[in-house]
Parts: sequence; C-alpha cells; structure tokens
Amino acid sequence: MTDGPSLEMVAFLATAAAALVSALFVVFHRNPVVNAVGLVVNLACIALLFLLLRAPFLAAMQVIIYTGAIMVLFLFVIMLLDLRVELRSPRSSSFQRGMAVAGGLALLGLLMLAIRGSRGGFTFQVANDPEFGSAEDVARVLFSDHLVPFELASVLLLVAMVGALMLARGLFDSPSEGK
Amino acid sequence: MEVPIDWYLSLSAVLFTLGVVGVLVRRNAIVIFMSIELMLNAVNLSLVAYGDKFGSTESHVFVFFVMTVAAAEAAVGLAIILAVFRRRQSTNVDDVHLMKW
Repeated sequence: MTDGPSLEMVAFLATAAAALVSALFVVFHRNPVVNAVGLVVNLACIALLFLLLRAPFLAAMQVIIYTGAIMVLFLFVIMLLDLRVELRSPRSSSFQRGMAVAGGLALLGLLMLAIRGSRGGFTFQVANDPEFGSAEDVARVLFSDHLVPFELASVLLLVAMVGALMLARGLFDSPSEGK
Repeated sequence: MEVPIDWYLSLSAVLFTLGVVGVLVRRNAIVIFMSIELMLNAVNLSLVAYGDKFGSTESHVFVFFVMTVAAAEAAVGLAIILAVFRRRQSTNVDDVHLMKW
C-alpha cells in the first residue's frame, strides 16, 4: 500500500473530469454538432472507465456500439436535417429552465444522499480471477443463464430495424405518393 | 490506493443529472435524445462499478442488454424525428404541440 494517489486514481480523475466537461458541452452548447462531438468524447471516457473497472469486453462494446454506430447515426441525422444553431424558441420560458435546473440540483442531492446512505453494510466479494470481465467470462454467463433475453434482444433489434425502415420509407419520395 | 466506489457512483449521479437537465431544458429533439443517451451511460457506469466491487459478471450482461436496447431505441427514435421533420421542417419540440391542452 503506497501513500498518495495511485495511477488508477489519477487515471480516474482525469477521465472523470473529461467526462464531466464533455457532458456539459452536450447539454449546454447551442450547436448540435458540438453536442454530438461532446457526447462522443463522453462515451469514450465511459469506455475508459469501464477499462479501469475491469470490464474490457464492455469497453470494446461501448466503443463499437455507442461511438461507432449510435453516434455516427446521430451525426448523419444532424447532417441530413442540416440543423443550425439552436435559437431560443419564443415559446420556452425562463421559468421552466430555472425550474429544470433547480429540479436537477434536487435530484443530484437526492442521489448523493442515497450514495452516502448506501455506504457500509456490504461485504465486497472481489473476484481475483484475471479473466473477470473478459469476453469468455461474459459469454459464459450470457449464453447459459441469460440465453432467452439474448434471443429476445435479437428479435428486438429486428423489430427496430423494420420499424425504422417503415418510418423512413417515404422520406425522400414526393409527398403525393406517401403511403 | 484504490478508487472508492463512491467516486464512480457520484460521477454517475452527476452525469445522470446533467442528462435530466438536458432533457428538460433543450428544445431540439435530437439533443434531447443525446441527453437520454447520457443518462443511459451514467446508469451503465453505476452497474459496471458495482459489478467490479461485487465480482459479478451478471452486471456486465445487464449493461450489454442496456446497450442493445439503447441502439434499437436510437434507430427508431431518430427515424421518428426524421418523419416529424419531414412534416414540419422543424426539430423544435415546442412546435409539436397539437396534443397540448
């Protein structure tokens, strides 16, 4: 046990700071492209945190699924819609924004209370297995205990694909032949 | 010194709160969607942190399913936004107020 911050702690603090700053860009910047790029950085920071938490398979999945597919989809949609900088809508009120921020702070206080209150009372059973969190480890649990949800997830993806195709089918046709 | 789990949970709580504020404050449908993804990722972080502390791979499987559902939701949700945009030429959620009392 060494005194002072370990490398893991330094890595955590740096990644957490980057995740927080990029999340602020996602929520508060007015340009939608900056929002999207901020979210990409945030998702990459979460992937790094997964690595720190001994979840290498999930870190890879996070990069592939979230940053590699979902965010690309977002950016394509932003490109297709040709969004400009978001202007203040005349219908939004500053009262609502103030209440939203106040509500957010209340929620944060509540969550912090819950985290403080959950301290202690556990005995953490740490897995010393070096294979913990690897693809083999996750696959062993996924394909034995959770096989049915896995198959249902594939059905869900099929349904989502069909739904997205149906919704987008008439997108580039002329309005008169929309069905 | 090992990173205490409270730090991961606190980071997850702050990210989740930022996502909630984003959904409530922003008027652009796509940015609202991005805030929802932020919330989902905050919860994933919590799940993996607990999975690390308890040595449980089940939480990893849970996160895997959350990612799958989020991908499906993103595809369908963005298709809906595109369809609405085709009608109204606007992604501002304040303009979609037909069912508002």
